[in-house]
Amino acid sequence: MKHIQDFKVKGYRRLNPENYILTLQGESLETAIYPGNFAEIAVPGAPGIFLRRPISILDFNPVQNTIGFYIKAIGKGTRQLGRLAEGETVNLVYPLGNSFSAIENGKALIVGGGSGIAPFIQLGRALQHNNIQTTFLIGGRTKNDVFLTDEFRESGEVLVTTEDGSLGEKGMVTDHSVFKGEFNFDKIYTCGPDPMMKAIASIATENNIDCEASLENMMACGIGACLCCVTPTVNGNKVVCTEGPVFNTKVLGW
Amino acid sequence: MVDLKVQMGPLQLKNPVCTASGTFGFGSEFEDFFDLNRLGGIFVKGLTLKHREGNDYPRMAETASGMLNAVGLQNKGVDYFINSIYPEIRHYNTEIIPNVNGSTVEDYIAVTEKLNEVEGINAIELNISCPNVKEGGMAFGVSCPSAIAVTEAVRKAYDKTLIVKLSPNVTDITEIAKGVEGAGADAVSLVNTFLGMAIDAQSRKPLLSTITGGLSGPAIKPIALRMVWQVYQAVKIPISGMGGIMNATDAIEFMLAGATSIQVGTANFIDPQVSVKIIEGIEDYCENNGFNKASNLVGAIQA
Ligand SMILES: Cc1cc2nc3c(=O)[nH]c(=O)nc-3n(C[C@H](O)[C@H](O)[C@H](O)COP(=O)(O)OP(=O)(O)OC[C@H]3O[C@@H](n4cnc5c(N)ncnc54)[C@H](O)[C@@H]3O)c2cc1C
Ligand SMILES: Cc1cc2nc3c(=O)[nH]c(=O)nc-3n(C[C@H](O)[C@H](O)[C@H](O)COP(=O)(O)O)c2cc1C
Ligand code: FES
Repeated sequence: MKHIQDFKVKGYRRLNPENYILTLQGESLETAIYPGNFAEIAVPGAPGIFLRRPISILDFNPVQNTIGFYIKAIGKGTRQLGRLAEGETVNLVYPLGNSFSAIENGKALIVGGGSGIAPFIQLGRALQHNNIQTTFLIGGRTKNDVFLTDEFRESGEVLVTTEDGSLGEKGMVTDHSVFKGEFNFDKIYTCGPDPMMKAIASIATENNIDCEASLENMMACGIGACLCCVTPTVNGNKVVCTEGPVFNTKVLGW
Repeated sequence: MVDLKVQMGPLQLKNPVCTASGTFGFGSEFEDFFDLNRLGGIFVKGLTLKHREGNDYPRMAETASGMLNAVGLQNKGVDYFINSIYPEIRHYNTEIIPNVNGSTVEDYIAVTEKLNEVEGINAIELNISCPNVKEGGMAFGVSCPSAIAVTEAVRKAYDKTLIVKLSPNVTDITEIAKGVEGAGADAVSLVNTFLGMAIDAQSRKPLLSTITGGLSGPAIKPIALRMVWQVYQAVKIPISGMGGIMNATDAIEFMLAGATSIQVGTANFIDPQVSVKIIEGIEDYCENNGFNKASNLVGAIQA
């Protein structure tokens, strides 16, 4: 069930000046949260911000009633969310959207970049629960753009690419050697910048591998009421906040 | 006890608070957040004769105290609404009011004739003010003769309450209001969105796929309020007022300016429970200020 609920800022984990994990604590917590679900966050105390901001749910703790978000500060809202005082109230509408479908057998590859890595902590755990062998491939411009690798390592192997070669293999995620030679994944999951996801989707198609991508379209309501967030699909425009954000890339026509 | 009932022509609403077309889906999207039976009415998403895909993404841009949208009436057509959506929402104990759109007078008539047959639907809102579709919508609402022509034609095809939604993108909204009143409208609703535009200076590109779009939210409230007040003085039929209503105080201001009922639009995106808070706020205000009927607020500014 969707909720609108006040939380308090519990604390931050600063990854670097532009990237942080925000943890909120509530008096209760909806725990029917699945990998890929997001929240619409009302950004407190920021003039010029009118709409809520959609942010993926990184993880949650049903004992402490905490919920975490990995945020990349790219604009006024995502910057302001990094400047709140401990104990400050933050209102959430959550959990929203559909989720990734964790496979039951075989091997999984997860490809993420930018703010798109957030859903993969939960997805990794869900796959681990199904005894799936999971490989994470995380891309960034430099080693300073690659986050959460220690967390991902808890549920699988972690591979990295950086454009300047400062960490892992040099190049884009699609250049990684994992795509060369023997290549036997049963499912690919991806979230990140559109060009990256499209490139991964075409590798998946060429190799006849099922692929799911999570989109980050601009949203106004996040609950299917305004139809602002649509994406074209082979079956016409679909509403990303309710019919997505996770889509099979075949449906997207990628 | 405050009597919250209001009369929109022949249509009685149990309270003045409705949700605005295009901002509340078909209602069910909000079921988790509050009891929809409490609403005065739900103006559901705009309907057309045939399925419409709407405009390309991006359809939305945030602006100072508001937003631009260019949804372009994405909907599955009036038949789909009648056969598949309405049966799922008709149990709500509130008025479900379809928003009727077309690019020709014949389209409007065809949609209206179908809705006229639906038991349980007691009113329609004729949208002659959508700024986001090329062929029509607003084209009817910005010229007096065409607004009159489409209202007259739909009036002949519709037996129940006919509310005509006016465009603010006109020189004198009172002329159009008087025109549609003369053509048989039972009530008018105003305002629809203001035609606006947003540009990303960095990329030198417009932020909407359609370049221009409709501005809504608190940014438009003072203009909408002024238009409601002007129309209140110009016509005798009741007004459903909207444009940037974010809370009960805003809603009360619209009623004082002359609106018999109000619609909550963009505010639903920020607080999906805001409509119930507005109903409670109007009730409290009436109690605290000695109004035993919400309808006594209508036009009660002391100018
Ligand atoms: C389902 C979903 C899940 C998301 N999960 C996360 C997450 O876990 N962590 C995270 O950091 N971000 C996430 N995002 C992206 C995040 O919502 C945007 O970065 C945020 O809304 C930008 O707000 P702002 O006020 O900081 O930027 P603004 O000041 O509003 O805009 C700054 C710039 O960013 C662009 N922009 C605005 N919104 C978006 C958007 N939705 N996508 C891409 N560019 C945008 C604007 O066009 C502008 O150029 C997610 C988005 C969606 C739809
Ligand atoms: C996303 C969006 C979609 C809309 N769709 C419709 C529509 O289909 N038909 C209509 O008559 N008005 C539509 N409107 C206009 C609203 O019903 C309302 O008139 C307008 O937004 C002003 O009120 P507000 O400032 O409270 O939102 C839409 C508005 C928004 C923001
Ligand atoms: S953001 Fe409103 S429908 Fe998706």
